[in-house]
Amino acid sequence: MRNTSASKPLVKVRDLTMHFPIHSGLLRRRTGEVKAVDGISFDVFEGETLGLVGESGCGKSTAGRAVLRLYDITSGSIEIDGRDIGQTRQSDLRSMRPTMQMVFQDPQASLNPRMTVQAIIQEPLDEHTTLSEAEKREKVGELMDAVGLNRRFAGRYPHAFSGGQRQRIGIARALALNPKFIVCDEPIAALDVSIQAQVVNLLEDLQEKFGLTYLFISHDLSMVRHIATRVAVMYLGKIVELAPREALFGAPRHPYTEALLSAVPEPDPSLEARTSRIILKGDVPSPSNPPKGCNFCTRCPKVMDICKTIEPNYQEIESGHFVACHLYEKN
Amino acid sequence: MAEGAATVLSVQDLKTVFRIRGGEVHAVNDVSFDVKAGELLGVVGESGSGKSVTMMSLLGLLPSPPAEIRGGKVLFDGKDLLKVDAETLRSVRGGKIGFVFQDPMTSLNPVFNVGMQIMEPLRKHMGLDKSAAAKRAVELLELVGIPDAERRLQDYPHQFSGGMRQRVMIAIALACDPKLLIADEPTTALDVTIQAQILELMKELREKLGMAVIWITHDLGVIAGIADRVMVMYGGQVVEQAPVRELFANPQHPYTKALLKTIPSVRGERQKRLTIIEGQPPILGAAPSACAFRDRCSFAFGRCAERNPLRVEVGNGHDVACLLADPLEVAHA
Repeated sequence: MRNTSASKPLVKVRDLTMHFPIHSGLLRRRTGEVKAVDGISFDVFEGETLGLVGESGCGKSTAGRAVLRLYDITSGSIEIDGRDIGQTRQSDLRSMRPTMQMVFQDPQASLNPRMTVQAIIQEPLDEHTTLSEAEKREKVGELMDAVGLNRRFAGRYPHAFSGGQRQRIGIARALALNPKFIVCDEPIAALDVSIQAQVVNLLEDLQEKFGLTYLFISHDLSMVRHIATRVAVMYLGKIVELAPREALFGAPRHPYTEALLSAVPEPDPSLEARTSRIILKGDVPSPSNPPKGCNFCTRCPKVMDICKTIEPNYQEIESGHFVACHLYEKN
Repeated sequence: MAEGAATVLSVQDLKTVFRIRGGEVHAVNDVSFDVKAGELLGVVGESGSGKSVTMMSLLGLLPSPPAEIRGGKVLFDGKDLLKVDAETLRSVRGGKIGFVFQDPMTSLNPVFNVGMQIMEPLRKHMGLDKSAAAKRAVELLELVGIPDAERRLQDYPHQFSGGMRQRVMIAIALACDPKLLIADEPTTALDVTIQAQILELMKELREKLGMAVIWITHDLGVIAGIADRVMVMYGGQVVEQAPVRELFANPQHPYTKALLKTIPSVRGERQKRLTIIEGQPPILGAAPSACAFRDRCSFAFGRCAERNPLRVEVGNGHDVACLLADPLEVAHA
């Protein structure tokens, strides 16, 4: 196991906020905002995988995209590899792009159907390098080898590949410029179970080989437990808990994390029978109108009066274990 | 589930083929199974394994062409559903057999309010008048745990959240007291905490109503928690079938074994590296003449390419389609 305390942070995110305006009425006036990401802070250490989990609509994908500045963020700072890119202009970000890449959820939608595999994987090289055609072709061949695709298929189009193979194409494209940091946004969600394991193992091998750092966004808690070094749990735009994997899965502190983990079905009937479930009442509130106080207070089984009025602080309760919950507030 | 309960549905040697440009796809190959009263049969398999097509075939829900049912019997309520006329089939669907689909957004009609959609089967199949149907609709929404049911009848699908919509779908499926409920990936589009709510609801409803359920999913975790018996499908065939505990404790088919190993757990031991199944599921262009899993199977041997294994009983209501489990074959080898 990598020792993360010894390594330094490659990515530092502080108070990241991403609000999307809501326009309505005849004049399309700004009438509100969706607080998709509402003040999150975390580090990603070199060579580790930080898992980012949560249910749909919690803002995890927006957070991943905002970290790479695919959006112009509302506020906050993002430092990647020593450079603050929080407020950098999009045109100036181009020089940073080779360092930070993304693997998208849907390999069907994120690959251009009219480009060959060769062209898709080569595109970043065309944009950012001055390699000759022959060198590029060789590099694409190497990348295809690295992700387990047969070089002979370089001239084919994405439709000729299965879902798992398409995801490998997407991964090869992300690797083309020797990035340090890759955001994987639900990279296995669209794949069948037997194929998911293939892609996860590939990501682990590549991490080992190229010393990559991942932000792994997923709703699949069991897969995150497998791949992540540390895990952050999001609920309604905020991180409610962040801890090393064993601590988070072994002894979750936040009531939402507890409920989320207990809700995961267990693929073993004898363990399943011994699992006690916390069934949450109701649905997630709208991020355009979050509740007063703690965001989770409307569904929390341990809710107290204070939760409905005052927002809990996000604080470190043990070394490396952060929680935002009044149950753990020091005073 | 009572031992020796009556069989509600019996499917025998069902074959479904799709005609496509330049050939055929054999999506369902000699599938046979029974469902007993009060039992929940889980059907697991990856996409393309034929689980949904099997269920749609037996209710005549596949457009023909391209689909063609090449043979088999579907015995329900004393009739062969593959032989009855369209009128009879319509009265069975939504009446004695209820359906819940994967995506509650696309399977509800966005331009009618929820009340109309629950009342439709009540008026069609049970001949209730408007006020009786409305009363029953309120009862149904209360049954599936939708608060403020009477007022919510007037609401349209977009006014419900995903979990609530799936509850509405379940209410519609239960409207006419079905003997059999077929649920096709009913929780796949939902978040885990909402999925846990729906699974809990389903357990309660089964106890209360005592109907038979076929639950299709690719999630073995869901199956472990809810099913009495499990059927594993691969390449349009049933490769293994057993009571739920038996299947998880004592899987026999190499595919089932591998599948159980590929999924990590949030509890229990953490594997250092995930076990994988190399390759991908097949698309069968012809009726299988050999084991469909042999190319990905780590136990495959010469004879696997020569004949398609039949399902053989291995005890405890457990059967498996693998030459390794076939005593004749083992003797032969």
